Amino acid sequence: MTGLTTNRQAVPVDALDLRLITATQSGLPLVPRPYHAIAEQIGLSVEEVMARLTRMLETGAIRRIGLVPNHYALGYRANGMSVWDVADDRVVELGEQIGSLVFVSHCYVRPRCLPLWPYNLFAMLHGKSREEVTAYAEEIRALLGEACGASDILYSRGILKKTGLRIT
Amino acid sequence: MAGVRRRPKHRKGSPPPATPVLDATPAGPVPLDEIERRIINGLQGGFPIRERPFLEAATTLGLGEDELIERIERLFKLGVLTRFGPLFNADRLGGINVLAAMALPESDFDRVAAFVNAQPEIAHNYRREHQFNLWFVGAAETPEKVESTFHYIESVSGYPVYRFPKEREFFVELKLHV
Repeated sequence: MTGLTTNRQAVPVDALDLRLITATQSGLPLVPRPYHAIAEQIGLSVEEVMARLTRMLETGAIRRIGLVPNHYALGYRANGMSVWDVADDRVVELGEQIGSLVFVSHCYVRPRCLPLWPYNLFAMLHGKSREEVTAYAEEIRALLGEACGASDILYSRGILKKTGLRIT
Repeated sequence: MAGVRRRPKHRKGSPPPATPVLDATPAGPVPLDEIERRIINGLQGGFPIRERPFLEAATTLGLGEDELIERIERLFKLGVLTRFGPLFNADRLGGINVLAAMALPESDFDRVAAFVNAQPEIAHNYRREHQFNLWFVGAAETPEKVESTFHYIESVSGYPVYRFPKEREFFVELKLHV
């Protein structure tokens, strides 16, 4: 249980990328030409700013550009981590399908931790009530079929800490 | 390289803080009109990298440029949005995140949870309803640093930290619909 394996693949970012990340990680300015404003702020041309952002988006260093809503303000009060014991030879194929369901925000394969923890597939579910989350879990259960044994839903009882990515 | 988080110089031997750091009582649901729902549903990704991105996004949404900017400002004021801009992927920037859990007795929960929160490498921490009742994410520049934080938490708290590093990540996209 001490191995730290992951599918991370670091992509090279240089000092100018870092300046760009630092200048934009808390958000874009809400002005008609936000990339011009950023360019001026960090002393690059707007072409350079847009080219670097485009490249980071292509390499996956940027996941997406857009708005990040507050779940709770949208009425998504039930936040459940659903966990599933899925046959190893099918977990990748089924994980792809579950990750693409509209109500799943994150989906991962993780190691089991036997005997306490038999689950290897994690899917985060967000709903307006626990009943809604339970119904989503039923859809996942149906999709997994016989490939899945035990499952559970761990509801959040509170956020104790949440900090975003901080590039230093 | 992009350090995602840095370790403070003195941490060994510092006693677990007595007061739990609990916060984040969320705002309730905010009433939204049709235009605001259209913006939230349509702009969770794909904001253009162009000279006038708001103009292009607004056209797609059937709005004017100024109107879109004003609406986004308003959604911030209402607390509906937490951010607008690029969402960076820590893994791809050379950092690492590892999910971990602990199974704590109620009597020790607040003390250990506060100690876990106090570690700068811990990015997220949630209480969940399960025998494994504390779930957190360790984030640092290297796997060794995350491991050393987990080990430190184990040695000070006396409870095991169960590691759940991701082996495979499927398409992660926020798709909140309103």
